[in-house]
Amino acid sequence: MSARWPEVPQDFPKAAKVTLQDEQLRANLGHATTAIRAKRGGVVAEVDDWEDLRDEGAAARDRALRALDERLVELEANVQAAGGVVHWAPDKAAAQRIVVDLVAATGSDEVIKVKSLLTDELELNPALADAGIEAHETDLAELIVQLGGDRQSHILVPAIHRNRREIRDIFREHLPGAGDVSDDPAALAEAARRHLRETFLRVPVAISGANAAVAATGTVAVVESEGNGRMCLTLPRTLITVMGIEKVLETWEDLGTILRLLPRSSTGERMNPYTSLWTGVTPGDGPEEFHLVLVDAGRTNALADPVGRDALRCIRCSACLNVCPVYERTGGQAYESIYPGPIGAILTPQLQGLDTAPTLPWASSLCGACYEVCPVKIDIPKILVHLRGRVTAETDASGKGHHAGVERLAMRSVARVMDSRPAYEAAQRAGRLGLSLLQHGNGRPGRLPGLKGWTASRDLPPPEPSFRSWWREREATGGAPSVGGASPVERPAAVGGAGAAGSVPLEVVVHPPGGRPGVVGGPGVVGRPGGAPTDPTRTAGDDA
Amino acid sequence: MSGRDQVLAKVRAALQTAERGAGPDGPRPVPAPGRRTRPDAWDADELADRFAERVDDYRATVVRTGPDGVGAAVAAALADLDPGTVAAPAGLPAAWRPDDALDGSVLRTAELPAVSAVVTACRLAIAETGTIVLDHADDQGPRRLTLVPDRHVCVVRTEQIVDDVDDAFAAMSPADHGPPGPGTPPLTFVSGPSATSDIELQRVEGVHGPRTLVVIVVGPG
Ligand code: SF4
Repeated sequence: MSARWPEVPQDFPKAAKVTLQDEQLRANLGHATTAIRAKRGGVVAEVDDWEDLRDEGAAARDRALRALDERLVELEANVQAAGGVVHWAPDKAAAQRIVVDLVAATGSDEVIKVKSLLTDELELNPALADAGIEAHETDLAELIVQLGGDRQSHILVPAIHRNRREIRDIFREHLPGAGDVSDDPAALAEAARRHLRETFLRVPVAISGANAAVAATGTVAVVESEGNGRMCLTLPRTLITVMGIEKVLETWEDLGTILRLLPRSSTGERMNPYTSLWTGVTPGDGPEEFHLVLVDAGRTNALADPVGRDALRCIRCSACLNVCPVYERTGGQAYESIYPGPIGAILTPQLQGLDTAPTLPWASSLCGACYEVCPVKIDIPKILVHLRGRVTAETDASGKGHHAGVERLAMRSVARVMDSRPAYEAAQRAGRLGLSLLQHGNGRPGRLPGLKGWTASRDLPPPEPSFRSWWREREATGGAPSVGGASPVERPAAVGGAGAAGSVPLEVVVHPPGGRPGVVGGPGVVGRPGGAPTDPTRTAGDDA
Repeated sequence: MSGRDQVLAKVRAALQTAERGAGPDGPRPVPAPGRRTRPDAWDADELADRFAERVDDYRATVVRTGPDGVGAAVAAALADLDPGTVAAPAGLPAAWRPDDALDGSVLRTAELPAVSAVVTACRLAIAETGTIVLDHADDQGPRRLTLVPDRHVCVVRTEQIVDDVDDAFAAMSPADHGPPGPGTPPLTFVSGPSATSDIELQRVEGVHGPRTLVVIVVGPG
C-alpha cells in the first residue's frame, strides 16, 4: 500500500529542507529531467506549427471550461445514450463512496487499476482497502511506488526518484516471483509483466482515470505506454472511470488537437504507444458495464477565480516539472501533494483551499520556463503571483491560519509591499513594459536580440548542485553569482529589468510566508539561481 | 440535493463568480477554433515513406510490399511460430490470412493466452507519428484480440495513411456512425510495441501489450 499524503501539508520550505539533504534523489532527478528535456525539445522542434497548436490547445480547453455546466450535461447524455452510467461526486468522500459501492455491487474483492492521478488525489486505494477491496496498481511506476510503500514524486513517472538499483531491490523484496531479478530495466519490466498477466485475466473490475472526454460524442480517452491501460479498459467485465470535471472537451476535433500536444510534451515522443478511446459499451467487445464518475473535489474553487482557473486547462503532461529548477532540486515529494512542481504549486492550493497549502505558491522562482513549455499555455508565474496575493490578503483578513507568530510578521511584510501603491505600481509598469518588448503583434513572445536562449530555447541549462551552494556563492559574491551556462542577458530580469521592478518588490515577492532562515538556503529561498529571481514581465501583470 | 445537482450548481456559481471577478472588461474572450489549414492532397509516396520511417523509429518491424506480396510477408512474419497458435479476425481478406489461422473474432479472453500472434487490417494510419489506428471492425477483431497475443502483424494499405493525428480525427468522426450511441466503435491508436519509460526514463519495449509489432505496408501494384 502506498503511503498517504499528509492531510494538512506541513509546508513546502520545511519539506524541501528534508528532500534537499538527499543527494541520491537529486542525482536521479537531474539525470531523468535532463534526458526528458532533450527528448521533448527534439520532437517539439519537428512540429512547424507548434505555437499555433499551443494556442489551439489553450482555446480548446478554455472553451470547454467557460461553459462547463453545459458540457458536463452533454457528456452525461451521450455517455448514457451509449450504454454507460454517469455518477457525480461533489467531493472526495462522495467519490470514494460511489466507487466503493460500485465495486462492492460486483461482488469482487479486488480491482485492477491503471495509473490515475485523480484516484491518488481521492485516496481511493486506502478507501477501497478499508472496505476490504484490494487494489492492484498495474502501471510499472505505480507498482514500484506501491511495493516500496512510497509516495509519488512526478505526475508522469511517479517513481522518477528511484534509480534502477533501488527498483531492483524493491522488486526482489516485494514482487512475488521476481527472484533475483537484475537491475536491467528490460528485466525489471519483464518481471512486472509476468507478475501482472494472470491478474489482468482474472480480476473482473477495473478502475481508470481519463485524460479527456468529448462532450459531443460521449467518448472517453486514456493515453498510456505499457498496455496495462488497454488490459484494464478491455478485459474486465466492469469498468469504472473516475474523471475530474475539468477534463471534458467540447468537440471530437478538440481531442485531436490535445493528442497532438500531449505525447510530445509529456514523454517526448511523437505519440505514446497506446491511446484508447471508447464510447459507452460495445456489445461483444470490452466491458459490459461502464461507469463514469465525474468528480469536483475543489475544481469549482479554481473555476471561480478568474485568474486561477487557467490552471484547470492543465492536461497533466508534466513538461513544467521537467524544466523547473526548483522541482529539480527538491523533488516532487517536497510539495506534499499528488501534483508537484509548477502545476502543483498553482493547482493544489486551489483544490484543497489556500489555507491548507499556503506556502506552495512560493515554491517557485517565477523564472517562466514552465510557461514556455506548457502545451496549453498556462501562465503559471502569473497565477503564482496572483495566489501569493490571495494568501496574503486572506490570511490578513482572517487573522488566523498557519501564519501565526514569526510567520505572520513576515507575511505582513509581504503584504505591505504588495499593498504599497507606489512600489506595486512601479512593478506593474515595468512588467507591462517588459511584456510589450517581448511581444510581437500576434501577442506571442518574440525573440529579442541576446535573449534567444530564454524565449526560443525549450531547455534550461544543466542543473546546479544545490540551492545551498548557490546561496553560499551568492552571499560570498554579494548577491549575484553567475550560474553555469546562463549568461545574465539570458535572464528575463534583464529585459524589463532595472529600476523599481528589479529591486523593490521582487526581493519580497520571493519570500515564502515566514521567510525562514535555512529554508532552502535562506531568505530569498526559491529564487532562480542568478540573483534576479523574478521575471518582471510576469510579476504583477494584471493581478492588481 | 443530489450529487449531480450539487456539482452543477457549484459549476454555475463558479462561472458567475469568475465573470464578476474578471473586472470591467469581462473575461478574456476565447478564440474560435483556429484549426490549421491542411493541404488538399498529400503525396502518397511521401506519406508512406514517412510512415515507414517513423514506425521503424519505435523499433517495430516494417515490411513494404505490393498487393501480391502480402501473403508472403505475413507468412515470413510468423515463420518461427506454430501455425496452430496464430489467429486472424473473420473479416480479414483471404489473401492476407495465414493458413490454418484460428478465428480470432470468436476467441474468448480465457483462450487468448494460448494465441501467440494475430494478423489484422487497420482503420487508418498516421504518417507523422507512425501510428496505426484500429476501430475493431470485422477485419481487425475485438480489442482483446490485438492485446493479449504477444505479436501483432498489421497490414496497412498506403491509401489509408493520413498526415497527422488531427487528420485521423477528421477522417474518423463518430458522427459517421449516427448519433452518439452503442454503435460508436472503440478506437485504439498503436504507436510501436508496448513500452515503458518508468525506470530512469529509459524506453524499454515490451511490457503488457504485444512485445512485437510488425507493420506490412502495401503499396499500389
Ligand atoms: S501546467 Fe502545462 S506544462 Fe504543466 S503539466 Fe499542466 S499542461 Fe503540462
